Amino acid sequence: MLLIHCPYCGEDRPELEFRHAGEAHVVRPDPISEISDEEFEAYFFIRDNPKGLTYERWRHMHGCARFFNAVRDTVSDKFVTTYKAGNPKVEIERGEDGIARVKGDGQ
Amino acid sequence: MRKYSIFAVAREAMRGHRGWDKQWRSPEPKKSYDVIIVGAGGHGLGTAYYLAKEHGITNVAVIEKGWLGGGNTGRNTTIIRSNYLYDESAALYDHAVKLWDGLSQDLNYNVMYSPRGVMMLAHNVHDVQVFKRHIHANRLNGVDNEWLTPGEAKDYCPPLNISKTARYPVMGAALQRRGGTARHDAVAWGYARAASDLGVDIIQNCEVTGVRRGVNGAVEGVETSRGFIGARKVGVVAAGNTTTIMDMAGVRMPLESYPLQALVSEPVKPIFPCVVMSNTVHAYISQSDKGELVIGAGTDQYTSYSQTGGLHILSHTLDAICEMFPIFTRMRMLRSWGGIVDVTPDRSPILSKTPVPGLFVNCGWGTGGFKATPGSAHVFAHTIARDEPHAINAPFSLDRFRSGRLIDEAAAAAVAH
Amino acid sequence: MSGTNRIAGKGRLVPARTVSFTFDGRRLTGVEGDTLASALIANGIHLTGRSFKYHRPRGILSAGPEEPNALIDISRSSNTHTPNVRATVQEVFEGMTAQSQNRWPSLSFDVGAVNNLFSPIFAAGFYYKTFMWPKAAWKHFYEPNIRAAAGLGVSPKEPDPDRYANRFIHCDVLVVGGGIAGLIAARAAAETGASVVVCDEQPELGGALHHEIDTRIDGQEGFVWAQEIGSELAGMDNVRVLTRTTAFAYQAQNMVDLVERVSEHFANPDKLVPRERLWQVRARRVIVATGAIERHMVFAQNDRPGIMLASAARTYLNHYGVAVGSNVAVYTANDSAYRAAFDLKQAGIAVPVIVDARSDVDAGLLAEAEALGIQVLTDHAVVDTKGGLRLKSVRIERVGGGKSRTVEADALIMSAGWTPTLHLYSQSRAKVVWDEESARFLPGKAVQEMVTIGACNGTDALDALLEEAANAGMEAARLAGFAGASGYRAPDAESLTSRRGALMGAAPGAGPETTVKAFVDYQNDVTAKDIRLAVREGMHSIEHVKRFTTNGMATDQGKTSNIHGLAIAADMLDKPIPQVGLTTFRLPYTPVTFGAIVNHGRDRLFDPTRKTAIHKSHEALGAVFEDVGQWKRPWYYPKAGETMHAAVDRECRTVRETAGLFDASTLGKIEVVGPDAAKFLDLIYTNGWQKLAPGRCKYGIMLREDGFIYDDGVVGRIAEDRFHVTTTTGGAPRVLHHMEDYLQTEFPDLRVWLTSTTDQWSVIAVQGPKAREIIAPFVEGIDISNEAIPHMSVREGTVCGAPARLFRMSFTGELGFEVNVPADYGRAVWDALWARAQDLGACTYGTETMHVLRAEKGYIIVGQDTDGTVTADDAGLSWAVAKSKPDFVGIRGMKRPDLVASGRKQLVGLLTADPKQVLEEGAQIVADPNQPVPMKMIGHVTSSYWSENCGRSIAMAVVADGRALMGKTLYVPMPHEVIKVEVTDTVFFDKEGDRING
Repeated sequence: MLLIHCPYCGEDRPELEFRHAGEAHVVRPDPISEISDEEFEAYFFIRDNPKGLTYERWRHMHGCARFFNAVRDTVSDKFVTTYKAGNPKVEIERGEDGIARVKGDGQ
Repeated sequence: MRKYSIFAVAREAMRGHRGWDKQWRSPEPKKSYDVIIVGAGGHGLGTAYYLAKEHGITNVAVIEKGWLGGGNTGRNTTIIRSNYLYDESAALYDHAVKLWDGLSQDLNYNVMYSPRGVMMLAHNVHDVQVFKRHIHANRLNGVDNEWLTPGEAKDYCPPLNISKTARYPVMGAALQRRGGTARHDAVAWGYARAASDLGVDIIQNCEVTGVRRGVNGAVEGVETSRGFIGARKVGVVAAGNTTTIMDMAGVRMPLESYPLQALVSEPVKPIFPCVVMSNTVHAYISQSDKGELVIGAGTDQYTSYSQTGGLHILSHTLDAICEMFPIFTRMRMLRSWGGIVDVTPDRSPILSKTPVPGLFVNCGWGTGGFKATPGSAHVFAHTIARDEPHAINAPFSLDRFRSGRLIDEAAAAAVAH
Repeated sequence: MSGTNRIAGKGRLVPARTVSFTFDGRRLTGVEGDTLASALIANGIHLTGRSFKYHRPRGILSAGPEEPNALIDISRSSNTHTPNVRATVQEVFEGMTAQSQNRWPSLSFDVGAVNNLFSPIFAAGFYYKTFMWPKAAWKHFYEPNIRAAAGLGVSPKEPDPDRYANRFIHCDVLVVGGGIAGLIAARAAAETGASVVVCDEQPELGGALHHEIDTRIDGQEGFVWAQEIGSELAGMDNVRVLTRTTAFAYQAQNMVDLVERVSEHFANPDKLVPRERLWQVRARRVIVATGAIERHMVFAQNDRPGIMLASAARTYLNHYGVAVGSNVAVYTANDSAYRAAFDLKQAGIAVPVIVDARSDVDAGLLAEAEALGIQVLTDHAVVDTKGGLRLKSVRIERVGGGKSRTVEADALIMSAGWTPTLHLYSQSRAKVVWDEESARFLPGKAVQEMVTIGACNGTDALDALLEEAANAGMEAARLAGFAGASGYRAPDAESLTSRRGALMGAAPGAGPETTVKAFVDYQNDVTAKDIRLAVREGMHSIEHVKRFTTNGMATDQGKTSNIHGLAIAADMLDKPIPQVGLTTFRLPYTPVTFGAIVNHGRDRLFDPTRKTAIHKSHEALGAVFEDVGQWKRPWYYPKAGETMHAAVDRECRTVRETAGLFDASTLGKIEVVGPDAAKFLDLIYTNGWQKLAPGRCKYGIMLREDGFIYDDGVVGRIAEDRFHVTTTTGGAPRVLHHMEDYLQTEFPDLRVWLTSTTDQWSVIAVQGPKAREIIAPFVEGIDISNEAIPHMSVREGTVCGAPARLFRMSFTGELGFEVNVPADYGRAVWDALWARAQDLGACTYGTETMHVLRAEKGYIIVGQDTDGTVTADDAGLSWAVAKSKPDFVGIRGMKRPDLVASGRKQLVGLLTADPKQVLEEGAQIVADPNQPVPMKMIGHVTSSYWSENCGRSIAMAVVADGRALMGKTLYVPMPHEVIKVEVTDTVFFDKEGDRING
């Protein structure tokens, strides 16, 4: 069971309180009614599904009920960071020790 | 290839089994092949076998980053059934069931296909409606599936609790008698042996690191941890790792990979004669020939390539098992494991050509690919050999996500009102 | 006397505290604190089981959880049978019934042993090569026979009377393993004030100190020291000591799962005490001190009862006071077995010989042996054994061959070295590393907040171990935030036991050139030659070898066999061991009872049961309930002797003739509030909300982004900035989630707040011509005349004095109201309304009648008449999709090519040619009933009922291009007949729709 840091509550809480909500930073096209079938497919169906660092959404369902973003390594299932919805995509770098960190956070 | 039989076994027994050949060759990769299959699971090995056997294409390599049969083929709960709702799905899975029946003889390898019956339990009025819809559709599609009363379900599977005071009482069940199980490792090994015998090169411990495309965009081969290997056609059959491989070819996929766990109990004498599944209380169970209860759990909620998952998922599954079969609470979990399942938006597979000439993909089987192994391999081989889909897999194309022509079995089951 | 092999003055049990139990019907006496294994050996019994495949007689191999052979059925009554219990772990209790398994008719005479004669045939993987002809024989003959022969114990047959419990806890430091290393680490960490949990699988702390009586700590016997430090720890407020507790899983982010055997060792456990308890521990730091497990020697006929691990023999002697034989030979490649031999000899037991496969043996050990009068044969091997149900003799040869000699012995104790217990470490996803010098796998770099210490870390020297453990404890506490310098100093300790020396794979005389039966995996009957056969057949991955031979797949999961199997395979492949690699360690470390994992999640607590506030009144009215999601909803209310059919007919008739009361509380309700509320609903629903006046209601449908119907419901506008949204019963949580998703992430600028109010309101639908008359006396502050509150309106006031939202709406086509009152008042209001309704001749009705009445009017139920593949147009709801709105969820998805293509299935009505015939829901529809299978199906029946009010059956269906087929005849093929149906519109009753305006 994962332990997840809710950026709104500021606490590490067990996975049971959260609901995974798919890939993050998938922007709903505006105006959506004007997009092509290809663009709709890309928006609604195509997913990065990376092996390694993934940007994903979670919702603190049984807590503050907020949606937020996370960066997690899908190989180790370790979280690199979580941040509030609407914030820009955080940049991640891997240190010489192989550990992924938010860019600028250093060792 | 030396034929397997009881006589051969008896002869070998007299000389300490020293005369058996290797079941498959372990050749060095050639410079190039007519077809490369990426992924030596049941579907991939089967594809190579049918390419060689039915289409005469024997200059084929199956490339595997680990050991053959080590992915979802060797990690699933081996359930076989074909009682799907939609015509497209029923045709695909029933094609597989027809091939299961006779696969041991075809491969000269006992894959232990055991049509002991798959029973799906209905626990509420909505389940009853959905299952009856399946049964009627299956009957008109020529797929066996029959309705059982709770009493009949109990007769078929004596450990089942049909008490009316259960939290979710059994209101009936849909039974497919031709459904059952098979021995998963034997499926991979049997296909590997038969394919190898027909000239297919199975190259293990060889990881694909790139897909090379020519100036015209068509596939030219794959880069691997053992160097470049050329190919006119490449079929990707890499389950949870499909996105990674297809990204190398520049094709973005409608897939997400989730951890799926399963477990077995300690072995006991025969107690459980069939396969039982319940979508509502959410678990499935059978008993292996070795005596272990084989129990499937749900997926974790997040995407992952870790081949592990949370105990709370196993716990939820065991809750369900013990709800349906209260006599099993004193049984013990012996071993659990995880696989990586690739899930499409409509939870139906993709068996398709791709926008890249010469590149084919077979993926998206989610939690239920094992049952389709022979059928999937058979029609995928056809698709690669002819450069066009077989009538059975034509609907399972990659472009259905553009048109909206989805095959959504799960949505058809809807949710309780 | 509790057994003839009990040595007076040896061991730590109290001889006077005897315990009586039975084994295969024989009444035996043990001592409190005995395991079943020690009690059996005390009584001279080694033969405890039969192997899986060959049914060979097997004895007790070990004194711990690694036991492959001694698996017993334990019970205290007919409903407490537990199969496959390891006799080496299970403590005896007064009245225990123990039965051997996998034998018939008896353990000493087992017909199944005939398999042993056929063992040349039953080589690894033989079943893949045969049993293929004739084809049908697999299902009908081979498989049933194989299944009957397989399995070990017998599954329980009755429901389990015992309870299981569960705790979640957090701690700063979790120490797994209560041996020397674990105890010192725990003590060092506890000193800082950090919260510490230390667990150990045995009843007492001490680990290897159970048998290592030569280890002295702070001047006293190690085991005594362990008990003292254990009680010290237990007395500290910040420490929890858990014995009989096995850590079986190491999960992500330092979640470690433990299972405690709470009461399985008591004769009469209190019913309130759980049998086992699951501990799910989230630790800041984990210290893994899981020790090491001794390996057996792989030589010919190494499986006779009486052949066991040296450390086990030492444990039985030093802890339980039991001699494993009277004449005990030793076979080893490791120093530690000498210590076992010396202890036995000093206890007065004959030790005829120590056979050591090594040529280079520590001179001190040889001298000690000589001093004790024990013959040592170095560079020798045991090459054969004799004895049917108990070892009689061993045959010994110099390594490499030569003249052999036979030595009589009733027990042989052995050691091929020690395998560090890396299960938990590996489960944490860290990698093991091969250490060439000590020839074993050791922990590499930890990947979680964890450290390994002691024997599992390969730390052999006692001094180094003490220091490592003390430092690990202090460091773990520091890293967990307890910076205060620990005053703890590791104790002084000394020990004579050495674990130097290792042999992996086949012992001399069982090599590839031989055909002897040298068992690697006892339980699964895997021999060295089986592993070689697998390699010869091309199984070059260790995972293939494991699966082909089943080595390591038995109930002990290869604790003694995996390394041997690996070494034999590596030898055959001519590759170094690390290149062949280990199989993955999976949870659990040892088998875990389903009940412990399920714990409270059984019966009523399997899933929460949701009941409306009015539930008790429904019960009093005799309602039959239906499960809808987690809800219990009244299905119908039969009068005495009434069938469901009759009850539903009566309810349907009564509602339309008079009136009926229906509990609609389970409908999902969401309060949508804020200045932009209407704007938000415009985006969520397909239709428009800006123009809806306060006090009015509207039916809305919502789509998913892909254009398919997601949910529907009536929405009332309470005020400019406040809407009362209703959803389907099952849809409530996901609709709120869907709305929150769009509100928070796509439209965050909208000033709107969403609150789930499903459980806050009780909803009583009063439907029928007399609906107004029923509610009239109770309503205050609302004019309920037709003009003042027309159909699809909502007003606030009071009902029975309770604050209420009164909806004028109908899902029956009748004049209707839905009374919403706070749930606390729900039952009182229902009872009051019902008292009056009853006087006026009305009825209560359940979900079944609700379904029939709405179908008579052609109202759909999302999830029944639609599934996740139906568009608004398919369902005939195009009128509810705004044409002019620039955006709403699904606006683009619904226009995709396949969603607007011709031939889609559309909702229609169906009337059977025979009005008495009721179609089956889910039945398929065809145009041509005479076509061959597979038939072209053009639709299916979604809803079908006997309509008492129409005097005939009615049905709804989705049919390809159905709206163009009005009046046409279609066919529903059933197993024994074909039913003719006519396609109609979906309104079957009161087509003009006048009744609703009452």
